[in-house]
Amino acid sequence: MRRRTSLVKTALAAVLGAVLVAGCSSSSDTGDSAAPKQSAETGPVTLTFWAWAPNIDKVVAIWNKQHPEIHVTLSTQSQGDTLVTKLLTADKAGNPPDLAQAEYQALPTLVTGGVAADLTAYTGPIKSQFTDSAWQLVSFGGKTYAVPQDYGPMMLFYRADLFTRFGLTVPKTWDEFAAAARTLRAKDPKRYLTTFSAGDPGWFAGLAEQAGASWWSIDGEKWKVDIAGEPSRKVASFWGGLVNSGVLQGQPMYTPQWNKAMNDGTLLAWPSAVWGPAVLAGIAPDTKGKWAMAPLPQWTAGEQKTGLWGGSSTAVMAKSKHQDAAAKFAVWLNTDPTAVDALVTQGSLYPAVTAGQSTPALTKAPDFMPNQPDFYQTAKQISGTAAAVTWGPDVNVTYTSYRDAFGKAIQAKSDFATALSTMQSATVADMKKLGFDLAGG
Amino acid sequence: MDDPGRAAGGSGRPGSGPTGSGPARSRRRRAVGSRLAPVLFLLPAAVLFVLFLLIPIGYAILLSLHGQRVRGGLLGRRTEVWVGLDNYRAALADPELWHSLVRLVIYGLLVVPIMLGLALAFALMLDVPTARLRRFSRIAIFLPYAVPGVIATMLWGFLYLPGVSPIRYAAEHLNLPPPNFFGVHSIFGAVANVAIWGGVGFNMIVLYTSLRAVPSELYDAARVDGCGEWQIATRIKIPLLVPAIVMTTVFSLIATLQVFNEPMTLRPLTNLIPSTWMPLMKIYRDAFIAGDVYSAAATSVVLALATLLLSLGFLRLLQRRAFAEER
Repeated sequence: MRRRTSLVKTALAAVLGAVLVAGCSSSSDTGDSAAPKQSAETGPVTLTFWAWAPNIDKVVAIWNKQHPEIHVTLSTQSQGDTLVTKLLTADKAGNPPDLAQAEYQALPTLVTGGVAADLTAYTGPIKSQFTDSAWQLVSFGGKTYAVPQDYGPMMLFYRADLFTRFGLTVPKTWDEFAAAARTLRAKDPKRYLTTFSAGDPGWFAGLAEQAGASWWSIDGEKWKVDIAGEPSRKVASFWGGLVNSGVLQGQPMYTPQWNKAMNDGTLLAWPSAVWGPAVLAGIAPDTKGKWAMAPLPQWTAGEQKTGLWGGSSTAVMAKSKHQDAAAKFAVWLNTDPTAVDALVTQGSLYPAVTAGQSTPALTKAPDFMPNQPDFYQTAKQISGTAAAVTWGPDVNVTYTSYRDAFGKAIQAKSDFATALSTMQSATVADMKKLGFDLAGG
Repeated sequence: MDDPGRAAGGSGRPGSGPTGSGPARSRRRRAVGSRLAPVLFLLPAAVLFVLFLLIPIGYAILLSLHGQRVRGGLLGRRTEVWVGLDNYRAALADPELWHSLVRLVIYGLLVVPIMLGLALAFALMLDVPTARLRRFSRIAIFLPYAVPGVIATMLWGFLYLPGVSPIRYAAEHLNLPPPNFFGVHSIFGAVANVAIWGGVGFNMIVLYTSLRAVPSELYDAARVDGCGEWQIATRIKIPLLVPAIVMTTVFSLIATLQVFNEPMTLRPLTNLIPSTWMPLMKIYRDAFIAGDVYSAAATSVVLALATLLLSLGFLRLLQRRAFAEER
């Protein structure tokens, strides 16, 4: 019996040793080069594309019909931040897709992770087709890492029918906005003008941009982080005062409860972006034709400024084996007139490419808002007033900190400006830990 | 349990007879076969254990001793560097981790006693000889366990959100005070409820099966002595169930220490659950949202050691009770 158990033990040890040796010998390397690495493409190529824009499969189908030698397979994995997480993980595992839809604020994270490929060689010819502020969103240190797809200037959506019913006028300044909110609460305690969402950091970032905040800026070779600066504090205190006194709701957006509130008129207004009608069509189908759009209320009467919320670009992954073909598709998707037209009509995206902003599809009203035929003319005018934005290398950390800090502030009814300080310290601590150079210590 | 040879069903003990032709040779062949059999039976499990448990754990420990730093200016590439025990020091000094451990204790004190108490009560009730609708009740109590965790949480999320909750609707129409599931204190109950609802069925089946293994002569003897059902339950059934109760408690403790599904899925619906509400959520945030697998690995090693110590300590404490039968 002693011999039998020692034989079992020896066998187990041998198996363990063999597998450990095999495991240790394959070490992971994180410093992959991003240089384009293939020679001439021969034979049909299949590209994988992770994207979530509505109806983008129809646009991809157009490409596949026109280019049988480069077949693009679309995969709707997830959206926004979650997709960035998946891309980082897939890249670490060595099997990322060839292309991915990357929101602008996610690009620096992808660049520092070595996940996004340098596309400067492919994008030189098309740079002039975009505005400088749109190109700034995809370029860092003189190199371009993606092709801008759509643009998200912020604007106010409101229920025109309910505004008439309650005698509210469209607010042109934030003070008027607060007054309208109070009037509505006095007339109908079951309704709110809008909600402040602790779950949508991009939304708040756009509002802060409108007030002149510049959360990240570049000072030579150093980063400057200013999340708790004066403009942001102004915005936070404004909303905090209204939420804590019950004038505005403090529940997150994009929940079943919020969908219902938008659909049945519990919420009357929604500061959102130009892609708003597509979302409204999905969550509040009963209210078609009842929403109208106006520029965001301003901080000073007579000003015309706005911020950006969302908007994405098409990036090529550094570990893709077909970077030539992928770059070709990325450029086509975002600049070719047929493609841009399809993105607009099918996906309700507002294109970043300048020529696309006057495409014929944008001369009529969006499907969900037939009552506003000059929607896109107004949108183009608003988009020209959008602030220029620089995103930092660890936006995910800032965004998570936003959700935690503002969630806590709403629940404890405390000062929203302190939540900004929490975000600032979390972001600075993370950047220092990673070894970035920060201006101002 | 104590002789692997017997458990593996070997063809017999190796003979110690004289070497020679015929019967001795076949006896030797039988001997070699019966020595290889246990190894071959264990091999698949051993390989899987090594591949999917030992190697990942080893890799996680390796990761926890590294960190990432940026090389090359403004948007330099993140590279892996050796940091030794820095990640552990940072993890243990992080107040968020300690806050989440406190919340974990509160959550555990809610979930484990209530879930096991209900499971025990249901098992005892089902075992009473005059119980009706036994099969239907068993299935009905077990059914929530079959619902996947995320779906169950989303289901309960609909029931909790005041705007869409039928419970709130009913309360308002019956003129009762509407329940607030997303309150500062009630959030623990809300999350615990989902776990209890899902876990009672499984634990009840385990306890019920143990109860069925009790010889019925004990009950007959007790009834002859004049015991009622209640006394049979408290004086005979529960003491005999203690090993099973201890086992389900240990499993529940381990599962509670890893709570993740329920709070993560409820998080987008309410302002009350930060990204570090529970330790495993903090690990997920560090690894996948902040992109720092290294400190997440360190925190998870700390959590794993805590789980190990807790369950071993608990078992050591109740050693005699738990394994009384095996002695």
